[in-house]
Amino acid sequence: MNADWTVLAAGTLTTVQDRGRLGQAHLGVPRAGALDPPAAALANRLVGNRPGAAVLEVTMGGLVVRAGSGRWVAVTGAPVPVAVDGEARAHGAPVWVPAGATLALGTPSAGVRSCLAVGGGVAVEPVLGSRSTDTLAWVGPPRVTDGTVLPVGEPTGDPRSHDTPRPPRPGRLRLHAGPRADWFAPRALERLAGATYTVRTESNRIGLRLDGPALERVRDGELASEGMVLGAVQVPPDGQPVVFLADHPPTGGYPVVAVVDEADLWQCAQLRPGDEVGFSLLARPR
Amino acid sequence: MLTRTAGPHALLVEVPDAAEALSLATWARALPVDAVEVVPAAATVLFDGVPDPAGLVAALAAWSPSGSVPSGPSVTVPVRYDGPDLAFVAERWGTDEAGVVARHTSLEFVAAFCGFAPGFSYLTGLPQELAVPRLETPRPSVPAGSVGLAGSWCGAYPTSSPGGWRLLGTTDAPLWDQERPSPALLPPGTRVRFEAV
Repeated sequence: MNADWTVLAAGTLTTVQDRGRLGQAHLGVPRAGALDPPAAALANRLVGNRPGAAVLEVTMGGLVVRAGSGRWVAVTGAPVPVAVDGEARAHGAPVWVPAGATLALGTPSAGVRSCLAVGGGVAVEPVLGSRSTDTLAWVGPPRVTDGTVLPVGEPTGDPRSHDTPRPPRPGRLRLHAGPRADWFAPRALERLAGATYTVRTESNRIGLRLDGPALERVRDGELASEGMVLGAVQVPPDGQPVVFLADHPPTGGYPVVAVVDEADLWQCAQLRPGDEVGFSLLARPR
Repeated sequence: MLTRTAGPHALLVEVPDAAEALSLATWARALPVDAVEVVPAAATVLFDGVPDPAGLVAALAAWSPSGSVPSGPSVTVPVRYDGPDLAFVAERWGTDEAGVVARHTSLEFVAAFCGFAPGFSYLTGLPQELAVPRLETPRPSVPAGSVGLAGSWCGAYPTSSPGGWRLLGTTDAPLWDQERPSPALLPPGTRVRFEAV
């Protein structure tokens, strides 16, 4: 009998993600990793996995899988209806899926990305030390599609329904000054923090693209390509900021006015096109 | 050497050019410094995932520009000189297509940094007077293995992608293979020569 899990329907975009592929940026490799790390960590805790176990990141629901082996699962992040063989089950709690049963995720009522952890983790072959799929250059395991067969690891712990801290609450995205803040008009950071931006439809795992008051540059000319950090707020010539997320290119050529605090980036995973987002400014370092 | 912060756990260090960036990155990796990523680029080195930025600034103060490009392993890349921009480059260089091939294969390049795509290496070594402008409009799809020039950079596309470089030819060299322990054929520091086939 085959103990692997089989994807019957992959939905809009489903990928395998762990905590990302670090230490490869100098080769041009994006870090990738779950876009909502607290949701991935919670899902893993609920099924007794190690924190770095690979999960499925499901964009706008629609995933249907058949369990080749019985396992505890947990669905976190964007709240979606969860069903096992057609019967409703809880979101954000351990759910037993017997061998041969079908697990289905509906459409999220809010947010964008749900995390599905399976006891033992998704055990696809790691690539360069990580099981994350990067959607910029498609480094890592291939995208999950209808019919993908997913190996599932041996459980490493017991499920826990209690003692799990609640996911953090959404709020304004806190900003640090960026390395090229001086390319912008004085008080550009304060203006960014005081404004409200709308999430554009082109947003994806690479970047959260925003629409709102343009950030005015005071220095002309092209910036030579330079290293970009996770959460960098990059400003192309049209002045509309882009927040770099997990699959961002390791280097880029537009000035970075600010950097979103890493603890707040999970919110970018859950903002829908048309949602409004605001920023707040952390104290300038030194 | 000017240091800029990029959030609480990253430093962007400005240096005069790509050769110095590679020199600093190579020196810092050998120390080694406490950073998850050390990313040389055109005129900067990004240190990311730094637990102690102040300590790193202090450590970097010991570096002094060497004036020479650090040299790593040497790789020869075979090229079929059949690119669509060969005639354009020949005209810019005031020679014919055979002259472009002779010049390009006579130079030693060094991989200064990777970017744009996994395993895409920006190679230094083209004299400034041979610099060529990019295409006004990038091609929607440049085939994998294309070898080209942009400004005074030389590079080879590991995968098919849009691109605005002036294409000299094509290589079958395995520029990127994520199944290999060292997936990039031309990581920063590699010395590169091209050979006509």
